[in-house]
Amino acid sequence: MSAIDDLFARLKSENRKALMPFITAGDPDIAVTSEILQAIDQAGADLCELGIPYSDPIADGPVIQDSYQRALDNGFRLNQALDLGAQQTAALTMPLVTMVSYSIIWRVGLQKYVEQAKQAGFHGAIVPDLPVEEAAALSKLCQAADFSLVQLVTPTTSRERQLQIAESSSGFLYYVSVTGITGERTKLPTDLVDHVAWLRSQTELPICIGFGISGPETAAQLAPVADGLIVGSAVVRRIHEAGPANAPAEVAAFVQQLRQAIDQASTRS
Amino acid sequence: MSTLPQQSEPMENGSATASVPDMNGRFGDFGGRFVPETLMRALDQLAEEYEAAKKDPEFQRELNQLLKTFVGRPSPFYFAKRLTEAAGGAQIWLKREDLNHTGAHKINNTLGQALLTLRMGKTRVIAETGAGQHGVASATACAHFGLPCTVFMGAEDIRRQKPNVFSMQLMGAHIESVESGSRTLRDAVNEAMRDWMSSVEDTHYIIGSVIGPHPFPMIVRDFQSVIGRETRDQSRELLGRLPDCVVACVGGGSNAAGMFYPFVEDEGVRLVGVEAGGRGSQAGDHAAPMAFGQPGILHGSYSYVVQDDDGQTCDVHSMSAGLDYPGVGPEHSYWKDTGRVDYIQCGDTEAMSAFDTLSRTEGIIPALETSHAIAKALQIASEMSADQHLVVCLSGRGDKDAMEIARLKGQEF
Repeated sequence: MSAIDDLFARLKSENRKALMPFITAGDPDIAVTSEILQAIDQAGADLCELGIPYSDPIADGPVIQDSYQRALDNGFRLNQALDLGAQQTAALTMPLVTMVSYSIIWRVGLQKYVEQAKQAGFHGAIVPDLPVEEAAALSKLCQAADFSLVQLVTPTTSRERQLQIAESSSGFLYYVSVTGITGERTKLPTDLVDHVAWLRSQTELPICIGFGISGPETAAQLAPVADGLIVGSAVVRRIHEAGPANAPAEVAAFVQQLRQAIDQASTRS
Repeated sequence: MSTLPQQSEPMENGSATASVPDMNGRFGDFGGRFVPETLMRALDQLAEEYEAAKKDPEFQRELNQLLKTFVGRPSPFYFAKRLTEAAGGAQIWLKREDLNHTGAHKINNTLGQALLTLRMGKTRVIAETGAGQHGVASATACAHFGLPCTVFMGAEDIRRQKPNVFSMQLMGAHIESVESGSRTLRDAVNEAMRDWMSSVEDTHYIIGSVIGPHPFPMIVRDFQSVIGRETRDQSRELLGRLPDCVVACVGGGSNAAGMFYPFVEDEGVRLVGVEAGGRGSQAGDHAAPMAFGQPGILHGSYSYVVQDDDGQTCDVHSMSAGLDYPGVGPEHSYWKDTGRVDYIQCGDTEAMSAFDTLSRTEGIIPALETSHAIAKALQIASEMSADQHLVVCLSGRGDKDAMEIARLKGQEF
């Protein structure tokens, strides 16, 4: 059992849904990222996805692309994210997972990446450009290290394939709400709830919905059907707009709003 | 399921085979599919539709008819007498892809992929372009079939390849200027992929080179292989045998892949790919991943790439927009590691000099990309004997470069 499995078991017993903000490591710099982690932990986040900046993120919309670019322009290196994990994870209640391109994992070396990330206190990885056909080698290493490899299901994934992905995923399943790139949406597909409900009936793995969740309203709509919600661009945009001094407090306030909306919606269901 | 070997294990050297890729899209270790799940269904559909099209005589007939009557194929196989004299060695022959409609080899691929677009019932096309040749070829194919077309092009490339931008617009294509990153080909590919992430249900992405996730490297190679097939036939007819050496420039590598592939199993034919050496061997000064990079993942496939220790793609440089790319097609990586193809580099200055030489000795103004191949062909030919034959893939003509060359030479246009 990894910390992520423990988290979802606990949430289930409490009839609560996971709130999972995404932030970019090193935007605007690592010191602020560190403060933001503490702030959102205290504000009620259950898990944090730490985005590892990548030069060519094809699944990401402008908000996350720009934040990756800002971090890289500021000299972000992978070691900084690992050091941040090593310094922070013991003090945080929420587990951390990295959102990281396979380009980076491959360059570091599969085994070495898993070892280093685990040693730094990360509990898993989401690799948005690694489809299930190519995931066997990494999946095996993650399994051996009790390190979650979260895989993604999208609206274009056939049902047969969804089951195959669920089979090889660990920690949770990332359900991408829209056919598209990351970014806030005011409306989400009408059939999303039905699709997630079907997958819910097929797997024991927690299902977390991400892409397009813009704020408390969309979060409240989806909370009843999912085990967790991932909010990325809306968080990253607020960090950038608030500026380094105000970002931790601003994001904490936003996380509290999301928390409240999700908890209310989950209780009603 | 395929697994990648650890980096420390060198690839087994052996002779390259033409029976690649395998069903996972692997050329030896290279290739594969490293893209978001959202795109996987479209890639499967494309692979299935392409296999069906290959076996469909009607598809082949329609494509061949277009290549003959619309493109003007077969392209001439021309003996460059004065260029041969200038080199002072092997006889130099030019495979004249510059004489194709739209002025480059790119049209061979876009017509094939546009036909596949129609077969799949998709109603919109997107494409990336560097030098603008693939953008023009896409816009042309789309105008021919009445498909709406959006071309992604880096802002820096829009600046240095203005005539092509204008041509695309004349044919009704919409140009998206890409302002991210280094504002060149790599960024244009990123933006096209992002568009495809949202539009994949009704849009086909016509990738212009032998790059990207499987099945693109195979499909583009196959459509471009008409170059090498014709060259074989023309060599047999005009030389009575196959050439001794074949030279082509390599950015992503589509003209080279199309030229080399039909010769892969002809051991007596030396194949030479020319990468852009730019200003030098320092990171940021060249666009030569096989010379100075290492295997890694970019734009959906595993191949040589110029990246840093963290796996971040590095900026690259070439004066030619079409070669200004940090990656290369996976089949080229396979040919490099098996030793089947020799890859060498040619710098900006040497390419510019070859551009002048070909223009003045033959009355043929080559594209800046092609000039890299001409430069190395001159050198290689000079080291060969007069009874040997060397073929250069003259992949494109230089009209598009006139303004940029004037600027580089400090002249008023």
